[in-house]
Amino acid sequence: MGSNSMPGLGWLKQAILLMLLVSSAAMAVENVVSFSDESLRPRYQQLLEELRCPKCQNQNLADSNSAISQDLRAEVQRLLEQDLTDAEIKEYLKNRYSEFILYRPEVNRATWFLWAAPVLLVLLGGLIVLRLSRRKKVSDSEPVETNLRSDDQQQRLDKLLNRHTGESE
Amino acid sequence: MNRLTLFIPLALCLALGGFLFFSLGKDPLDLPSALVGEPFPEFSLEALHEPERQVSRDDFDGQVLLVNVWATWCFACRIEHPWLNSLAEQGVAIVGLNYKDHRKLAQDWLQKRGDPYQFSIFDPRGVLGIDLGVYGAPETYLVDADGIIRHRRVGVVDERVWNEEFHDLYQQLVDDANGQ
Repeated sequence: MGSNSMPGLGWLKQAILLMLLVSSAAMAVENVVSFSDESLRPRYQQLLEELRCPKCQNQNLADSNSAISQDLRAEVQRLLEQDLTDAEIKEYLKNRYSEFILYRPEVNRATWFLWAAPVLLVLLGGLIVLRLSRRKKVSDSEPVETNLRSDDQQQRLDKLLNRHTGESE
Repeated sequence: MNRLTLFIPLALCLALGGFLFFSLGKDPLDLPSALVGEPFPEFSLEALHEPERQVSRDDFDGQVLLVNVWATWCFACRIEHPWLNSLAEQGVAIVGLNYKDHRKLAQDWLQKRGDPYQFSIFDPRGVLGIDLGVYGAPETYLVDADGIIRHRRVGVVDERVWNEEFHDLYQQLVDDANGQ
């Protein structure tokens, strides 16, 4: 009886199952890389995260599906299988695609400021905070100064005030 | 003295603004070239027209030449092709690097549009492409008589680009080579 009351359900179930199957197959496409030694896989992933796609500026090799990224992924895999270290692989690609390809640039004359800037800015900020707090302490310790102006200035001020009140009346 | 320090934020703002303003005109796609000043990478690949013939750097024959990366799937290559033909007519030596392409399609393409290349290297898997740091087509390399890459252009080489970037350097390299 239950099956008769909802005839569409079986069909729906099948459709959902089919969609799940299809989508998992689509996701699996990314993972078809096979290694002779499974321990290479985490290194492969790590390298793809840190290498930049030369064609699509803001993506790494793992994210990008452009033709050149596919080629470079294959190249990274090939180099891993040849027992190159991570540093050697980066060097290999850097020699061909320039430093542009490294998402974590090396420290050198062109990039030192990039690396040093955060430290410098924190130091600068600290310095400013320090100075401001010291200034505050000084003004706290000296209770309200009544006569901030020199006699000369006070005279001028009085004169101005007088003139103003005189005009308004 | 303290009064001057008040201008520090303004100065910083101006410096940052100036830096950003002048960076606007820069092309972010303009990658620094890793291979300029380096020897052209070694390779051994089939010639496009003669599958049985392996070509290598030795086939550059000590000429000052252009290596032009092209493919039939590359639209901009169609745009630059007439200019390459006319360069070849002017006597500029050009070697083609047929990049990630099908041999038959590439041969037909050259038959239809004219073949400016002394020979074309057939690189269906982009092996030499990776060694050169190619990330798209067209790309053009100027190689001197010693096989050193002297200039690289990513994108179309037309008459304007040739006159601006290549002509003088090419002439100088040819003169150097003849002087030796």
